[in-house]
Amino acid sequence: MPSTLILNAAAIHRALTRIAHEIAERNEVSADVVLVGIQRGGVTLANRLAKVLGEIWRHAVPVGSLDVSMHRDDLDSRFSPTVHPTVIPFDINRKTVVLLDDVLYSGRTVRAAMDALNDFGRPQRIQLAVLVDRGHRELPIKADFVGKNVPTATNENILVQFTEDGAPQDVVQLERSA
Amino acid sequence: MIWKRKHLLDIESLSADEIKTVIDTAHAFKAVGSRAIKKVPALRGKTVVNLFIEPSTRTRISFELAAQRLSADIVNFTAEASSLKKGETLKDTARNLEALNADIIIIRHSATGAPHFLARFLNASVINAGDGAHEHPTQALLDIFTILEKKGRIAGLNVTILGDILYSRVARSNIWALLKLGARVTLCGPATLVPRVFEQMGCRVTYNVEEAIADADIINLLRIQHERQRATMFPSLNEYTSLFGLNRKRLALTKPDALIMHPGPINRGVEIDSEIADCGRSVILEQVTNGLAVRMAVLFLVNGGKGPQELAAP
Repeated sequence: MPSTLILNAAAIHRALTRIAHEIAERNEVSADVVLVGIQRGGVTLANRLAKVLGEIWRHAVPVGSLDVSMHRDDLDSRFSPTVHPTVIPFDINRKTVVLLDDVLYSGRTVRAAMDALNDFGRPQRIQLAVLVDRGHRELPIKADFVGKNVPTATNENILVQFTEDGAPQDVVQLERSA
Repeated sequence: MIWKRKHLLDIESLSADEIKTVIDTAHAFKAVGSRAIKKVPALRGKTVVNLFIEPSTRTRISFELAAQRLSADIVNFTAEASSLKKGETLKDTARNLEALNADIIIIRHSATGAPHFLARFLNASVINAGDGAHEHPTQALLDIFTILEKKGRIAGLNVTILGDILYSRVARSNIWALLKLGARVTLCGPATLVPRVFEQMGCRVTYNVEEAIADADIINLLRIQHERQRATMFPSLNEYTSLFGLNRKRLALTKPDALIMHPGPINRGVEIDSEIADCGRSVILEQVTNGLAVRMAVLFLVNGGKGPQELAAP
């Protein structure tokens, strides 16, 4: 399967640092901001961004994880998804929730995530940060913070391998399936 | 492990990995129960039928609540108030329910294999909620869930099932699940109710209750199933209590961290002393709470479609 390099470890690091600064710029009251990562890639992203944001703001940023399996709209057409833990150990009412995912594609996962978040409270606002936006939206959803826009064909796949602490092997690749 | 089954008919045919998939999924659903909003839209628009040809409160209510928390519509069907009384066959009853677009049929029946029979001709998913003395898969799954939550593992644990094994579907499902996950299973009770044939499944059989509970990490007590026994299998309930009932004296012989389980309904003063049912080592009520999470997980899993698990990149 031929693959093209999109981001290497250093580029991922630079993109995340920029996103963190953009989040800090957009949200003046840092105490109101909480991060919620969508299982599973979004959780890694959330934990990693929290470290950078923590250094900018000089205080710890709350991080939660959200599994959207129970709120998906395609449960009829696929084998039951593997459900990962949802852990939101803080109150999201009146907060600014920054929702995180590694790849933004159809937008259906984000819709499910917003639906799932509703069960935990009513945030003041929800912002969306993604590492890669590959296009092909099927819903009126747009990311507020994007690491890299990558035009793709539908038979291509974005492969994200990265770690919470950042490792030299971290990589984002574009794969073409037959 | 991706769950690909349309039905849950028994534990015997499940792999250890499939059992673990149900347990993992149930963990996520247990968390839903502690939220302010205890409902998720996973089965929205689906119709679930509780087809209970044999009486039950606990299991029926547990499935009913599980379906409601998944946003499904649920219809309860009991034999007493149905056309089965008027001579309709089970097959016709089930076909009629399907004609009303039931998506999932949960069946309890006094005949072994009734769920398997339905699964052969229905398009709906079938969940076995207890068939005769054969299996009661969701009970075994919730027992496994509870043990894992308390002990962190199944492999290597000594589990003693005490009571009426012969007529117990709970015992059979539990034995299958425990052995598949690597536990050592001891069965104990009156010789008439614990035939040696269970040794062929890989269980230890003993008629000495002190021996059975001495090294147990888990003691699972079963009710004497009066309704299923064709002839008197032991002289009296009093004799059963004195020979096999779990009382304070016997509890003192067990490991200090051994857990007491019971699928309910308990007969206080028969298989278990009242004070033991309520003591700190009894997890009987937690089993009920976990049963709800496990049944939500089972409904969620059998409801899955047929496509690849990941339809597209996230």
